[in-house]
Amino acid sequence: MMKAAVIQFPGSNCDRDMAVAIRDVTGADTSMVWHRDSQLPTGLDLIAIPGGFSYGDYLRSGAMAARSPVMQAVVEAAGRGVPVLGVCNGFQILTEAGLLPGALMRNAGIRFVCRAVKLKVENSQSIFTSQYDADEEITIPVAHHDGNYFADDATLDQIEGDGRIAFRYAENVNGSARNIAGILNDAGNVLGMMPHPERMIEAVQGGSDGRRLFEGLIRELA
Amino acid sequence: MKTRVFVTLKNGVLDPQGKAIHHALEGLGFTGVNDVRAGRLIEIDHEPGVSKADLEAMCSKLLANMVIENFEIEQAA
Repeated sequence: MMKAAVIQFPGSNCDRDMAVAIRDVTGADTSMVWHRDSQLPTGLDLIAIPGGFSYGDYLRSGAMAARSPVMQAVVEAAGRGVPVLGVCNGFQILTEAGLLPGALMRNAGIRFVCRAVKLKVENSQSIFTSQYDADEEITIPVAHHDGNYFADDATLDQIEGDGRIAFRYAENVNGSARNIAGILNDAGNVLGMMPHPERMIEAVQGGSDGRRLFEGLIRELA
Repeated sequence: MKTRVFVTLKNGVLDPQGKAIHHALEGLGFTGVNDVRAGRLIEIDHEPGVSKADLEAMCSKLLANMVIENFEIEQAA
């Protein structure tokens, strides 16, 4: 059976949604891990860093969480190849922790954006996206104030050239460079994305386009 | 002993908040403002033994995100 952990920070608010999505779709034995824990459960197949407003997003979104004890364990696990999925605040935390390049800045339009958006699947070969078709358009909700992805041109050229852009917005949502909605690390085992796949896993939620991300993980990791 | 750290956005990094402040100033009737960039001031009260190198490490490890921001350290008397 797959084994997963969802990290909880003070101010996380998508942690239970994430755990339900992982359990319901993959059947994984999913445990919640508190931010002060310096050790993760052994034998993890997936670490999920959920959305929310960790530590009140003081200083910068994700800045405090990225320096918490549990993140040192996450960085170490990611280095060993354990898959790590960061959604929304989780994506911000992964950039602040240096597991993904770039930074997520205030939305170009200043306002908090909370709605379903269309995404284009750019990379359908990763462990997270294998159940999508390349160039497929899917609908996933966003809910963020700081989702404006920034990196210098050399970094953008590199991640684009390496096929590390997982998802792009099909429209300008927040001013993100090259409409980036989600990126992979160099090794392909870390995905950060602003949209919330865990909020689109069954029809009652208005759609199920997020479900295949978790289904893909079962196929890749089981 | 007090040290002030100024964290500012790097040149070329878009500053939506600075833009909004600029628009608001224009809305209040102030003219002649070319651009506004918003940053952050952090005051640190510390022992005299804390070195400049320590303060720089605090800045690069936490207070500033070096991907998008610069910092300046001003040691007050």
